[in-house]
Amino acid sequence: MSDFLLEVEDLEVHFRSSSSVAKAVNGVSFTLNKKETLGIVGESGSGKSVTATALLRLIPNPPGKIAGGRILFEGKDILALSEKEMRSIRGNEISMIFQDPMTSLNPVFTVGNQIIESIRTHRKVSKKEAKKAAIEMLQLVGIPEAEKRMDMYPHEFSGGMRQRVMIAIALACNPKLLIADEPTTALDVTVQAQILDLMRHLQDTIDTSIIMITHDLGVVWEMCDQVIVMYAGNTVESGDVKTIFDRPLHPYTWGLLDSQITSDSENEEKLSTIPGTPPDLREPIPGCHFADRCPYAQEVCFSKKPELIEVEEGHTVSCHFQTKEKRLKRKEKAYHG
Amino acid sequence: MAEAIIKVENLKKHFPIQNPIPFKKSNQSVKAVDGVSFEVFRGETLGIVGESGCGKSTMARLINQLVRPTDGKVLFKGQDLAVMGTKEIRDSRKSIQMVFQNPYASLDPRKTIKQLIAEPLEIHKVGDKRSRLKRVHELLEVVGLNSYHADRYPHEFSGGQRQRINIARALALNPDVIICDEPVSALDVSVQAQVINLLKDLQKKFSLTYIFISHDLNVVRYMCDRIAVMYLGKIVEIGSYNEIYQNPLHPYTKALLSAVPKESPYEKKERILLKGDVPSPVHPPSGCHFHQRCPQAMECCKSTVPELKQNGTNQRVACHLY
Repeated sequence: MSDFLLEVEDLEVHFRSSSSVAKAVNGVSFTLNKKETLGIVGESGSGKSVTATALLRLIPNPPGKIAGGRILFEGKDILALSEKEMRSIRGNEISMIFQDPMTSLNPVFTVGNQIIESIRTHRKVSKKEAKKAAIEMLQLVGIPEAEKRMDMYPHEFSGGMRQRVMIAIALACNPKLLIADEPTTALDVTVQAQILDLMRHLQDTIDTSIIMITHDLGVVWEMCDQVIVMYAGNTVESGDVKTIFDRPLHPYTWGLLDSQITSDSENEEKLSTIPGTPPDLREPIPGCHFADRCPYAQEVCFSKKPELIEVEEGHTVSCHFQTKEKRLKRKEKAYHG
Repeated sequence: MAEAIIKVENLKKHFPIQNPIPFKKSNQSVKAVDGVSFEVFRGETLGIVGESGCGKSTMARLINQLVRPTDGKVLFKGQDLAVMGTKEIRDSRKSIQMVFQNPYASLDPRKTIKQLIAEPLEIHKVGDKRSRLKRVHELLEVVGLNSYHADRYPHEFSGGQRQRINIARALALNPDVIICDEPVSALDVSVQAQVINLLKDLQKKFSLTYIFISHDLNVVRYMCDRIAVMYLGKIVEIGSYNEIYQNPLHPYTKALLSAVPKESPYEKKERILLKGDVPSPVHPPSGCHFHQRCPQAMECCKSTVPELKQNGTNQRVACHLY
């Protein structure tokens, strides 16, 4: 058995329409250790959420389909499991928190009911015990007067409180892996700080690994150990968080870092932007997916797809001009105007 | 000092709550905006920040008179919009336009871009059909789209492009003031930067005044000349962006700034974590609205409401500490 909690190899997810196939995820590989936090960053449409949903086999089929690759969770091949076995993993060993706390709770059931449901599905406990566990869970995520709150409905909760309830449901069975799909995007900064703090605290107490999907690099610096940068269904760069911050190599990562507004951005200065839009994934792209937006692109980029290679230990990048031997020089203001 | 184009005086908006007993009048209300005064100078960008539910969007709608205030004045070029009739307000909206948050919901999916951008011109009876079309093409170029986009429908555009269309609509009548209610919070970072650059360019080109509402403090810092921080229907601090970011005075402003995510994996950040949630605006706490969550609360904060007092050159703060 391998030491990794999760191993993903060459994952491919396709979405079929009447006339074409969109390759939403196109050969993504990564590994995750116990107690580690992995960040997946990228623009909308880069395939980060699809990757996460595929891990739980929740891709709607049809039109979606996991077309290739392997997902090993503690050595078990997730893609080979029966639906029944899969159900015992979902919410129990792997849980997910979705982006929108306003819509992911059922409005006609009380909050307590929904936590108890999750506990009773996976553990053989009496209603009373489940209720006790649910109250403990609510207290753990920092909801005051948990006992009273159990009988309230989701609409009586604020956004931050609802996201806490979602976390309570996700963590009710002490999962080994928690997938958080943009858990704080819909929330205010103050609440975001509280929720991230809570997730870190819980990770310490119950030893969960986390996959954090976000487009906010601030959240990545805050939370993650490892980072994967995705673009148009491909991994373009991966490495540990300090490497990516200190020595980013892929031109797309550069663009992403440059377009962040930081406290150093001068008011008078123009912000850097990545011109153009992501490619249409229904069309076959022979070369690098980023080529037509890349200020460094040359002829070879349009005809040949670059491989993902390890340029230094634990740091991989997929670009024709970034190898062990040669490096591309990062130009200042490459993304201006 | 520049002339104040908009002056808000002691503005209040209380939304009555429906009484559970039918036909009985309610005496409770949500105090969404509760006595706010500030000025907006010509050519500047005023940012309004705060958590959700603090009243910043209601504030925007009050200035535009999309909701009528319960009390107080909104002076636009010296005239009080709050006492105007419907027709006069319609005329005033020529000069005060708005860009909304959600680019997916704010464009009618059954109209073409041409119809959408020409709509404000038709409503205000500007020009004839041909000159309107010419203006539409002109506006599309101004916001960085092409004139051949005019016959397409909103679903054919990405979020960033739709926000450009919304900006073109707002510009159609040559307004003096544009109120932007979270214009970039639904967009990706790289697209967000594009829209912000566009807004800044347009401001220079047409000498616009912006009121910029956002909960993203980095965006506000980059966009704005002055910033007002709101909490539970009141302004707790207002000042230039330098004053607010370098020398925040109000404990709430400090907490808000400390919650901004790190800028590098090495940064060590002192967080001021606020306890609990924003209290209900139906029964706001006595005295200073913030005292229950304030780490520096004193005895007097529970009973007396602090006034917005001058501190330094332009900075004003509502706190008993100063």
